Amino acid sequence: MNKHVMPKLNRRSFVIGTAAAGAGLALGLDIPFGGPKVVRAADGSPEVNVWVVIRPDNTTVVRVARSEMGQGTLTGLAQLVAEELECDWSKVVTEYPTPGQSVARKRAWGDFSTGGSRGIRSSQDYVRKGGATARVMLIQAAANEWKVPASECTAANSIITHTPSGRTTTYGKVVEAAAKLEPPADVKLKDPKDWKVAGKGLKRLDTVDKTTGAMIYGADVKLPGMLNAAIKDCPVFGGKLKSYDEAKIAGMKGVKKVVKVGDSAVAVVADTWWHAKTALDALPIAWDEGENAKVSSESIAKWLAEGLDNSQPAYIGNQNGDAKSAIASAAKKVEAVYNYPYQNHVTMEPMNATALYTPDKCEVWCGTQNGEAAFAATLEASGLPAEKCEVHKLILGGGFGRRGMTDYVRQAVLIAKEMPGTPVKLLWSREEDMAQGKFHPVTQCKLTGAFDANNNLTALHVRLSGQSILYTVRPAALVNGMDTVAFQGMSPSGDAAIGYTVPNLLVEHSMRNPHVPPGFWRGVNVNQNAIYLECFMDELAHSVGQDPVEFRRKLMGKHPKHLAVLNAVAEKIGWGKPAPQGVYRGIAQVMGYGSYVAGAAEISVTEGSKIKVHRIVASTDPGYIVNPAQVERQIAGSFVYGLSALFYGGCTVKDGKMEQTNFDTYNSMRIAEMPKVECVMVPSGGFWGGVGEPTIGVAAPAVLNAYFAATGKRIRSVPLRDQNITFA
Amino acid sequence: MANLTINGKTINVDVEDDTPLLWAIRENVGLTGTKYGCGIALCGACTVHVDGVAMRSCGMTVSEAVGKQITTIEGLASNGALHKVQQAWVANDVPQCGYCQSGMIMAVAALLNEKPKPTDQDINEAITNICRCGTFQQVREAIHAAANA
Repeated sequence: MNKHVMPKLNRRSFVIGTAAAGAGLALGLDIPFGGPKVVRAADGSPEVNVWVVIRPDNTTVVRVARSEMGQGTLTGLAQLVAEELECDWSKVVTEYPTPGQSVARKRAWGDFSTGGSRGIRSSQDYVRKGGATARVMLIQAAANEWKVPASECTAANSIITHTPSGRTTTYGKVVEAAAKLEPPADVKLKDPKDWKVAGKGLKRLDTVDKTTGAMIYGADVKLPGMLNAAIKDCPVFGGKLKSYDEAKIAGMKGVKKVVKVGDSAVAVVADTWWHAKTALDALPIAWDEGENAKVSSESIAKWLAEGLDNSQPAYIGNQNGDAKSAIASAAKKVEAVYNYPYQNHVTMEPMNATALYTPDKCEVWCGTQNGEAAFAATLEASGLPAEKCEVHKLILGGGFGRRGMTDYVRQAVLIAKEMPGTPVKLLWSREEDMAQGKFHPVTQCKLTGAFDANNNLTALHVRLSGQSILYTVRPAALVNGMDTVAFQGMSPSGDAAIGYTVPNLLVEHSMRNPHVPPGFWRGVNVNQNAIYLECFMDELAHSVGQDPVEFRRKLMGKHPKHLAVLNAVAEKIGWGKPAPQGVYRGIAQVMGYGSYVAGAAEISVTEGSKIKVHRIVASTDPGYIVNPAQVERQIAGSFVYGLSALFYGGCTVKDGKMEQTNFDTYNSMRIAEMPKVECVMVPSGGFWGGVGEPTIGVAAPAVLNAYFAATGKRIRSVPLRDQNITFA
Repeated sequence: MANLTINGKTINVDVEDDTPLLWAIRENVGLTGTKYGCGIALCGACTVHVDGVAMRSCGMTVSEAVGKQITTIEGLASNGALHKVQQAWVANDVPQCGYCQSGMIMAVAALLNEKPKPTDQDINEAITNICRCGTFQQVREAIHAAANA
């Protein structure tokens, strides 16, 4: 049966590595691609290479280094390996190698990071080679046994056939010999048009346990003797913990210890989490909130608005011609100012990690989008070297970018370090999760377009003002101070390139970094940039009385892939044909994460403020599609996430802290509000784009443009709840 | 101390009377399929059946649950066979991250007990669980599939 093998949760059996099937991986051996020395999984089955273990019964264990958080990467990567391996798909299971094992084997599994819609596109090449290499070795082993040329043998469904004689054997029978062979120096990968397992909408490998309650998420970890911790970090970002009155909770049931965590947080450790949380809520805590306590959404907005002024310094992300001069001398100009707020990821499973520390070993069990980053956080917080640390990854109860950060891992280790030998599970309350997010950054944008006397767009000036994620999260990635990611969807080239040619173009960013910690939030800067550009394109088209699709098409002649998805969506939604009575359409396109996407919405509006979304059409060209059923689910899911943010989202700052505390103040769409998303997949091949994020960019502008079509009112500010616009 | 009847078994749990049922189920009984999402009875991840009715177990105390038949996701299958809602969930490949799905499935199973052939409108009114991955399309299709199974 297809299954994802979860890490052992009983420490003793994990360390000993029992002979039980799927108990874990062999440790410490260092030959990444086979070779004479056989590396074995804990159940004794040989590795053909780091990606492929085959058991005597022909079960194929595919190792997946990237994290599964619902996006289907686990299944997609297994499909790619299986495709090249020619193994029996019905006998494929998956398992996670651990970051510690990878480090011990010279990063044998490469990058663990699962963000930026990279899960498949940035590892497809080497995992497919892993499958192909293993196939060649297995066939060679059979040929050696038969004393025939390997070229006379073929493999399919884990069975090797010597074509001239008709003799057959199985992968399970030859794997011992295959694992001893030198891997081939080079292997040829299949043309995707010949795919039989990849490219198909196969069922996910991790579904059954998610329907029975058996799937173990980080929050569900149980270890012998484990205690539970609840935590409060200073609600004003950058503030410190001043003091707490431990005596006040001394007699409370189940409480074991109160722990200062770093210089800004305090945790209560108890027998159960409910006891820990109850005691923490009763613990008097004094904070040193510092200067940031003066910051509010209003003060941030004022600071960002100043950045929209051309006199302020700005980084130039894209330019051709001379937009400022062209605008100054234009026959007609159109100007608008937009803004986009902070957003919280709000994964359904709040942040958590379980840590067990002794002076000789520190182990962490957690959901993480980046196993290696979690491993590094474990090293740093424990003070132990790599060979004494390990991270066991669990399936994530949502990621969306939040679990690429490791703050919760660091906290768990610091708490466990105070209680050596006792495993401690740290779980954030939803309120802590809302207060201590890594927020989608706040921005404003002034856009100016200029027309000549014949209503041709001659210039476009996009002036962004606001927060950079890289400045805080990855400063080394800044280019001479500039955050190139801030220009997603408006870049001159690359995997987030603008889809329009304008004779005079200027896109610039006045970087202003408030104290609120930013993070990568599904879609990242595509979210606001696509609203800014695509709603403004709509404004420009209407300002000269042109159809928004026709207006765009004139600017897209040199961007055929952008245009192709726009056309696909326009055709499917019936653009140019009458919509049903009372129904209005909006459309948008953008490029992000290497993929070209477009979306269109049909909505009706009652009482000027109640929106019903009747239809959504979305198109994507990600180059190749590994599992169309999962791509459809990612597209539909991205619209739920994007429209939730548009209608209900928005995190606001008061006295330096976030005001939203739970789903009552940061709501999320329900089934009643979400129509079916009709997907038009047009993979054109020749490149590998991402899937999880790009389409979120077109969700909001498609609906906002439809709202204008319905009401004549232009919405330039998110969320809609601030303007009393709701779902009907 | 309280006697709770969970998935047909009576279990003595050593908790204070005002402990939310959710935490007694997860921490004292050890059934972790029922999830914590919000703690204020909004998201539905903690949905269980109490005397056959879908209830948000984070918003109900242990003392309120005494004497009632409680069913969690672990108790939905019977005689080794998945419940028809679980079967439809597998057949339609519904879950993404899966964290909300225990609660979603329990809410749907209760709906089908009450309305064996729910309309889309029935679904809209009864199923108010939050899913941040956005599985709603598959949820709706799987509900109809389960109803017609």
